Amino acid sequence: MRVAGVDIGSLTAKAVMLEDGEIIGKSLVMTGHNSRLAGRRALDLALKEAGFPEDAIQNIVATGYGRLSIDFPAEQVTEITCHARGAHKIVPDAHTVIDLGGQDSKAIALDDSGRVVDFVMNDKCAAGTGRFLEVMAHALEIGIENLGEASLQSEEPAPISSVCTVFAESEVISRIAEGVSKVDIAAGIHQAIASRIYAMAARIPLKERFVMTGGVAKNIGVVKALESKFKTSFVVPPEPQHVGALGAAIIAAERASVKS
Amino acid sequence: MSEEGKKLYVKIHATEDMKKLMTDYYIQAKTAPGTEKKICWITSGGPVEFLIAMDVIPVYPENHGAMCGASRTSVQLAEVAEEMGFSRDLCSYARLDIGQAVTGGGPIGGLPRPDFLLCCNNICGTVLKWYEHVSRYYDVPMFFFDTPFIHKETKEHALEYVRKQCVDLIEFLEKQTGKEFSEEKFAEVALKSVEAVDLWKRVLSTAEHKPSPLTCFDAFIHMAPIVTLRGTQQVVDYYRLLLAEMEERIEKGISAVPDERFRLVWDNIPIWYEMRNLGNLFASRGACLVADTYTSAWAVDIRVDEPLKSMADAYTKVYLNISIDLMVEQVISLIERFDADGLVMHSNRSCKPYSLGQYDIARMVTERTGKPVAIIEADMTDSRAYSEAQVRERIEAFLESLES
Repeated sequence: MRVAGVDIGSLTAKAVMLEDGEIIGKSLVMTGHNSRLAGRRALDLALKEAGFPEDAIQNIVATGYGRLSIDFPAEQVTEITCHARGAHKIVPDAHTVIDLGGQDSKAIALDDSGRVVDFVMNDKCAAGTGRFLEVMAHALEIGIENLGEASLQSEEPAPISSVCTVFAESEVISRIAEGVSKVDIAAGIHQAIASRIYAMAARIPLKERFVMTGGVAKNIGVVKALESKFKTSFVVPPEPQHVGALGAAIIAAERASVKS
Repeated sequence: MSEEGKKLYVKIHATEDMKKLMTDYYIQAKTAPGTEKKICWITSGGPVEFLIAMDVIPVYPENHGAMCGASRTSVQLAEVAEEMGFSRDLCSYARLDIGQAVTGGGPIGGLPRPDFLLCCNNICGTVLKWYEHVSRYYDVPMFFFDTPFIHKETKEHALEYVRKQCVDLIEFLEKQTGKEFSEEKFAEVALKSVEAVDLWKRVLSTAEHKPSPLTCFDAFIHMAPIVTLRGTQQVVDYYRLLLAEMEERIEKGISAVPDERFRLVWDNIPIWYEMRNLGNLFASRGACLVADTYTSAWAVDIRVDEPLKSMADAYTKVYLNISIDLMVEQVISLIERFDADGLVMHSNRSCKPYSLGQYDIARMVTERTGKPVAIIEADMTDSRAYSEAQVRERIEAFLESLES
């Protein structure tokens, strides 16, 4: 059975294709201004990699903020459920998922079978998300992909007290003006994110093992800061951005087999 | 929303009668200035029975606030108050009311000017400062009806304090209207109020039936008469009609939400500008909001044998004037009585007494009942504090978790 999961987020759109539970194609594209187009491109690229036409797919599940504006037939499931299912597939004993995406952050508590027990999301605020890190990297004139590694060189992280993206940016600029090194500021930013995520996640039951998903999981500085704040280690899947799409594909397979 | 504008839950026929009742009421209020009829602005939890008995027209800025919210005119009115220097952190009902007094904006072209004010603090402390502003703005007197907060139980001396204020209020109204207070007329009004409240409770109770004939999104609309005009015959007649329709639905097996699969309890004031969309979102997933902590707040008990004392008790005990522990008891009792699967809490940026403590209430409710809670962040009429995508995400994920 061939199924697909498509996760259209605020920054990137991802697709994963499964054949009998095995990944046979995947893709990642920038969402840009048109999420419908992004979903289509992600699906087409994954199909191309798998080497199948669209009509060979039995079922598709769409997730992410762009899931309502797609031009292919698909069921819609929230990314909370999809991330939980995807994380459970990769790490079967996962009980806590921290997902830091482009514009939101979530903490999800799972039971032993990977079902969602409880979850929390950030409120109307981008602090601690990919977008926040982009703004900070820009202010520091460090490439977003290098921010994590750079922060690991810090010996004395600079405290960043503001939790608002706009105010934190001006705080970063003030620190630069004061002559604080970029690596210390970067480390301070990651600590501020970790504190904020912890304060949010502490509202739900936190249980081993911890998995981190979403694009921000590629930032080693944030991962280390979270591990220090949560006093535990996090499993980061090899492709953390694809976990939601993988979960969507797994749900597509489950629902297709119920139907057939 | 895919079904924008179209209601997915079943339409209530009595709505037309309610619209007429409320329209007549507002026409009467709007045309009163310049006649003998006096107008009193009153807070939503205030003892309206005294006004009805004295033939005074009660006007509710909060009910008007809900109308401004539903017609999406609230933000522009709130901005007027913000330009005057009022903080955006202030209650949006207060802000839009201050704004409508200046501009006469909103769906009915503004509220009629008050002759005097009745401010009762059983719903919050903001109303005092808000009504003081209104009192200065129109240069009219205000009666402040003070209901002590209940931490554990109602104290006898507190009740006596409130009862004495009922006596003072009568004096105030006699002075303002130049008429004498009639105990006979008051007893008549109290009786009708009791009858209307009893009918309203029975309407809300029909949602105990599975599937429920009523959602709280309906109750939010149909609560207007019980809030504004209880004590009058029209309100009694109206709720008889509504109750009959609900009972008929039960008999015929008509449910408010087609294919009811989940039963939920709502907490806090509705998100007026988004009610239709939210109602549809829940309905599209087979979720019926069967009860809420808001509309049941007007189920006050008045005993005709001891009207003043029982009114003092009823108006002091409202949901927003009690401690978190007592709120938890009420929420749990709703969940049990209506056999609900979970609780949806609106963390309302405007309403501090309603929203402070919700995370604790959520935790205590889940600990004691095992039922999950979703908290959504918004504001009752200030849509600038609302993010549709995120609220939708939270509700859908919550419903998915109920499913599994």
